[in-house]
Amino acid sequence: MFEILVKKSLGENVTLFEVDAPRVARRHRAGQFAMVRPTAHSERIPLTIADADKARGTITLVVQAVGKTTFEMCETLSQGDSLSNVAGPLGNPTHITVPGKPEDFRGTVACVAGGIGAAPMLPIARAFKAAGHEVVTILGARRKDLLVFEDRLGAASSELLVCTDDGSYGAKGFVTDVLKGLIETRRAAGGDVDLAIAIGPPIMMKFCAKTTQPYGVSTLVSLNTIMVDGTGMCGGCRVMVDGAAKYVCVDGPEFDGHHVDFDGMMRRQAMYKAEEAASLERYRENDPSCHLQESVAAAISESEAPAKTESPARA
Amino acid sequence: MSDQKKTILTPEELSARIEGRASLTNKLRGQLPKIFWAEQDPSERVQNIREVPFAYTPAEARAEALRCLSCKNEPCVAGCPVGVDVPRFLRLVAEGDFRGAIRAIKETNLLPAICGRVCPQESQCQENCMVAKVHKDLGFAVSVGKIEAFLADWEREEAGVELPPVGAPSGRRVAIIGAGPSGLTCAGDLRRFGHEAVVFEAFHKAGGVLVYGIPEFRLPKDIVQAEVDNLAKMGVQFEFDTVVGQTLSVDDLFDEGFDAVYVATGAGLPYFVNVPGEDLNGVYSANEYLTRANLMGAYRFPEEDTPVLRRDNVAVLGGGNVAMDSARTALRLGAKNVYLVYRRSRIEMPARVEEVHHAEEEGVQFRMLCAPVEILSTPNGWVRGLKVQRCELGEPDEKGRRRPVPIEGAYEELAVEIVVEAIGNGPNPLIPKTTQGLKISRHGTLVVDEATMMTTRKGVFAGGDIVAGASTVILAMGHGRKAAAAIDAYLRNEAAEPAAAS
Repeated sequence: MFEILVKKSLGENVTLFEVDAPRVARRHRAGQFAMVRPTAHSERIPLTIADADKARGTITLVVQAVGKTTFEMCETLSQGDSLSNVAGPLGNPTHITVPGKPEDFRGTVACVAGGIGAAPMLPIARAFKAAGHEVVTILGARRKDLLVFEDRLGAASSELLVCTDDGSYGAKGFVTDVLKGLIETRRAAGGDVDLAIAIGPPIMMKFCAKTTQPYGVSTLVSLNTIMVDGTGMCGGCRVMVDGAAKYVCVDGPEFDGHHVDFDGMMRRQAMYKAEEAASLERYRENDPSCHLQESVAAAISESEAPAKTESPARA
Repeated sequence: MSDQKKTILTPEELSARIEGRASLTNKLRGQLPKIFWAEQDPSERVQNIREVPFAYTPAEARAEALRCLSCKNEPCVAGCPVGVDVPRFLRLVAEGDFRGAIRAIKETNLLPAICGRVCPQESQCQENCMVAKVHKDLGFAVSVGKIEAFLADWEREEAGVELPPVGAPSGRRVAIIGAGPSGLTCAGDLRRFGHEAVVFEAFHKAGGVLVYGIPEFRLPKDIVQAEVDNLAKMGVQFEFDTVVGQTLSVDDLFDEGFDAVYVATGAGLPYFVNVPGEDLNGVYSANEYLTRANLMGAYRFPEEDTPVLRRDNVAVLGGGNVAMDSARTALRLGAKNVYLVYRRSRIEMPARVEEVHHAEEEGVQFRMLCAPVEILSTPNGWVRGLKVQRCELGEPDEKGRRRPVPIEGAYEELAVEIVVEAIGNGPNPLIPKTTQGLKISRHGTLVVDEATMMTTRKGVFAGGDIVAGASTVILAMGHGRKAAAAIDAYLRNEAAEPAAAS
């Protein structure tokens, strides 16, 4: 179960996994996530499902290594290994409609993806386009080498606008600048952006929502908070929306970006910062795959080994 | 109150009682000193997560069983939600026939090692014990739970577990949703009736609240695992990582060829008191706090990856068993001051007497008649304190418990860095939300026919917390048992009337 069929690096600390999970693949709809426990001692982490192949029974996960569990997943698990546990699909699927408009309304949807937010955005962009909406995807990252899924998003969208903070690729600037430009251009031409969907780092989603608010453009954000069970039992994922506690796992993961308390959410996301740093440091110290440690150990054993004896074969 | 001391008998005294049992009259039995048991010293046990009470020795179990008066009206049996034949198993224990005794229990209760430890005996089998009435002290009832746990441990560790016989294959398949006490009991019974039983569990491990909620020091996890292994040996199949309602729907289960479904999905979203500051860093629901510590092994962090905050000062809100578990877990995670904040007074606390006693022994500081009004913040959004309002007891509410009435202006602040809210939870929302044809109460629980545990949808049965709201392990097991019998009857009727298509 949960065998890794494909593992591919997408850039610095970003890895794509295609995992055998037929039941999850069969039920997956755009916007949903899975709870993943990479190894038997790992945390349970929510990972958005970037793609699902119902025929092959696989799901695609894009993981950014940030803490011990994700580094261990990306560094020690290879093709042919299995993830300990994958439970899903969880959360509510994206409503492929424009809020406040009739069900059959077709309009322009701006899909704003920051960093690895590109991965969860892919099935959403695809679903809106398949439903007959015009999908303008804005893909941004700090630098060129941090952009992921450019090709896939291009194919899934009516139009793809790429930007980088440092101008190393595409337009120079933030996704918010491009989003604002898009709304103004459309409005000047008598059109509009009917819905914006922002997925990426919390700070980017916060500013996307701030950007669209004065224009009155409905804005959905997809939240990825700390969870334990992911099924509506622990309450750890709660976030304040319009002054009331909402649970990302069963009420979300998508919420109206104009009503989410992003600052509170970001603060809660940092709740285990100290513990996470200590855990990662300890992992680095004990990491058998750490090349530095390996070469130090080799150098020591070499210097201590009696001359001319045959060194034991490496396992 | 009884004037007996909590003395522990010597081996000689114990064997004298056992040898002389033939000459015991009921009057003498009623006066025999209760056999108390040793426990880990409180100052030592807060440093570890091992079980608190030590088990009875075989001689102690026999000597204690001799205190039973074998009352004709059997108030103990009446008090047991699954009707364990208490006097019969106690008589067998007294004779030293442990195998016979454990068989007698297992006729009605498949999970005695668990029930012996976590049942609220003082409000069930031991509540109306005549021996307690003789001593005018509930603490002197025959230690039914303690003997039950002894027997189950003896069987598991010494004698080898006898699995209940599995019925001849009926060709019928039942899906059980949730591997908690209710689902496990139902699955075991269904195997006895010869039906195939497949348990679908959302987590990576079986046990439900027994593994995520109840701490190791109250219910060792290897005991739960042993019970689960026994069910597997009886042919119960487990499918982990399967969130029914999401991964599969109830309709999918029928489409996959299941003939009936038992919904035992248990607890859902935790309740919060609803005071300012509940989104601060350092505020937990008990569900989250305990799941991190127990199921995810956060007390071993960083050996295990899942962290839980460790701070010097912790406030736990609530007065039930879950509150006690949270407070005692906080101590074991290194807290120096743990406050248990409860709006009413000690006698209204719903927790088991033993848990309250253990918590107090371990140094949990009780702040009774205090209602939380605000969780106080540091400038960075972390908990720095809890503001409470003193209360006095007013008129009884509809349940007969006296209502706490806040005293105007009587505020107090506790300096704490963690607040754990243990004030209950709603039923799990996933099945009610994703399944057609189920009638749902205004509390979000599933409505069932009390005689059969069948929901308003044909072939779909339900029990445990998803029906009862926050309840006890034994009641959940009782539901599982009742449902298994009803499912068996339903499947046999269905077989007799094949025309009744689903």
